[in-house]
Amino acid sequence: MNLMTERNLEKAVNDKMNAQPNAIKMQGKDVTVHYGEKQALFGVSLDVPEKMVTALIGPSGCGKSTFLRSLNRMNDTIEGCKIGGKITLDDEDIYNPKIDVVELRARVGMVFQKPNPFPKSIFENVAYGPRIHGLAKNRQQLEEIVEKSLRRASLFEEVKDRLHEAGTGLSGGQQQRLCIARAIAVSPEVILMDEPCSALDPIATAKVEELIDELRQNYTIVIVTHSMQQAARVSQRTAMFHLGNLVEVGDTEMMFTNPTEKRTQDYITGRFG
Amino acid sequence: MSTSLVFLIVVAIGVVGYFLGRQRALTKDTGGLKPHSLPHYHGWWVFLASALPAVLFLAVWAAATSVYLERTAISELPARTADTVIASQSLELGMVSGIARGLNKLSNEEKANLPQTFVELRPLLSAKGVALAQDGQDYMIPIALEWNKNSIWANNIGGIVAIILAVAGAIFGLSGVHVRARARNNVERVILAALVAASTIAILTTVGIILSMLFQTLTFFQSVSPSTFFFGTVWDPRFAAAGAEGSQGQFGLIPLLAGTIYIAFVAMLFAVPVGLFSAIYMAEYASPKVRSVVKPLLEVLAGIPTIVYGFFALVTVGPFLRDLSAALSGGYAFIQAQSVLTAGIVMGVMLIPFVSSLSDDIITAVPRSLRDGSLGLGSTRSETIRRVVLPAALPGIVGALLLTASRAIGETMIVVLAAGVAANININPFDAMTTITVKIVNQLTGDLEFNSPQTLVAFALGLTLFFITLAMNIFALYIVRKYREQYE
Repeated sequence: MNLMTERNLEKAVNDKMNAQPNAIKMQGKDVTVHYGEKQALFGVSLDVPEKMVTALIGPSGCGKSTFLRSLNRMNDTIEGCKIGGKITLDDEDIYNPKIDVVELRARVGMVFQKPNPFPKSIFENVAYGPRIHGLAKNRQQLEEIVEKSLRRASLFEEVKDRLHEAGTGLSGGQQQRLCIARAIAVSPEVILMDEPCSALDPIATAKVEELIDELRQNYTIVIVTHSMQQAARVSQRTAMFHLGNLVEVGDTEMMFTNPTEKRTQDYITGRFG
Repeated sequence: MSTSLVFLIVVAIGVVGYFLGRQRALTKDTGGLKPHSLPHYHGWWVFLASALPAVLFLAVWAAATSVYLERTAISELPARTADTVIASQSLELGMVSGIARGLNKLSNEEKANLPQTFVELRPLLSAKGVALAQDGQDYMIPIALEWNKNSIWANNIGGIVAIILAVAGAIFGLSGVHVRARARNNVERVILAALVAASTIAILTTVGIILSMLFQTLTFFQSVSPSTFFFGTVWDPRFAAAGAEGSQGQFGLIPLLAGTIYIAFVAMLFAVPVGLFSAIYMAEYASPKVRSVVKPLLEVLAGIPTIVYGFFALVTVGPFLRDLSAALSGGYAFIQAQSVLTAGIVMGVMLIPFVSSLSDDIITAVPRSLRDGSLGLGSTRSETIRRVVLPAALPGIVGALLLTASRAIGETMIVVLAAGVAANININPFDAMTTITVKIVNQLTGDLEFNSPQTLVAFALGLTLFFITLAMNIFALYIVRKYREQYE
């Protein structure tokens, strides 16, 4: 069964025709991750090209979220997590002890599986990052950043009259777009998304996917997803993980039409996983 | 027939009922229907139907019997006149029941030739282990005999009725065992009733405490006007001159209230930062290993009896502060051994585990996703705590702090030993002040009768304290609700 609709296929082909060879933004080399005794990743090497959406797919527990979280060192917050190999951002080793983790996370933002707005107003949620990083010199600049971020996240029109109401009062889909706006507000270079639509209904999912497609104009995006259709719709490159190994990586179009590995084919056609 | 024997019989009937009921349910022909309840539910239902009403009846009957016996005895006592030897009627009644209890222990032979005078009877009874006061009167002996006769009569009637009730209940329960009988639901209803009764007891006790304090307080306000109590600035109850002409004591609440609030304030000033910071450390930074050692250690502080804190303040902290101040000023000890500071610091130490333990639970309850969200935006740990975790935990923390504060205000033993008894109003934390609780202890210690303002004032103070802490708890609830609406 071919999961790609005609429209998506056409789009993917166009993307490929128009695409310049993109520079490598982030690069993982022989990345291994241990959680205590248990090894979760077995030497994964993966390039993340600039201003493209890279989808990480694979069955549950295959290590795709682990790999995503090691790209901005969110694994550091987990007790007993050890990382080996090398990950670079613009050819700079992010696990170099001299690297400031806080600064790294400002450059590599993250959107989580479940919408997690802070218990603050919509405005304060988006203003949070700019405030702690001192991106705005005065109130007016801050308001501009907030508005711009909300517009980019296609949320501004829906919430402009209630910016000072609680962000937790929004619907699930709006909350997730608020979290994306919050991530955009610190002007990251890379945005990591960990199953951003798994807690959303189909309509909200469609909106977020549309948004991801627009965001790739300005940002490099890595997205973990369980939905094959979603990977096909929003990504240009797809990496297939299985049991802590990278099975295959390539252009999305190629992966969904003509995968080289049997495991990939079995997975995307729903034979396992 | 003694009440305990009847009780055992009733329970035995219930137990037999349980097995009969279960057996009946097991052997009953189901007629192809699915039984509604398991056999043991039928057993339990028979047990409850037989034992519960009988036991309740026994309890009511026992209470009614004692009232009836006292009434009868009072009506038989000679009228009280100016030369009655015994001080009060309740004292007389106590003696009669004491004699009655003693007479029950005599053998039949002794009963047959019972001495007619109390002087002869007393050694006889004390040989049986019933000690009586010296001033018992001869006329009490026939009343006590009557008492015993009535008591046996009442017990027998009560016992027979209870056993009849138990048997009737068992028969009723057994007759209700059918395939589709809802024994399971019936048992459920009885359990619910028991749970409701348990919580009602707690509420009724509170109401009872308030009412008893309220009546004593009203008596107090008959001799001292509420305005001089609540707004008076002098505390001078004049114990020595109690009852003497023209020596009305002065009962001003203000100095006590000021001392209470001041000491609680100093304690909170000490306990809140220390407790809150240690809670933040334990919840956010400490490794599980450190946490598993430090948290129980901190909670040991909560297990120390407050009287121990009290003498720690009295013999260690107080003298230390006094000597320290003397050394600092070159001879003159500007900090008194018993002072607001001493009591406040030691009380603060006592409160640390309350603040830290409650806040720790509240901080840990903040979802991990919020921390991840903040860290993922590139904030540091302390920024995350200050800007995300603490605001989210704030309503809970405020509630915890107010709870702690009301504990500080009600704390007694530490201030009794460490704060002093002088009812001063001042703002110097190095001087002694006193608190409401200290004065309650002072007014109620010793050989007293609850009829003078000097002792009744304790109830007015207690009630005031109760309303202060009640108001604080209501305020805490209000704040918690208000913020919760905004945050969740």
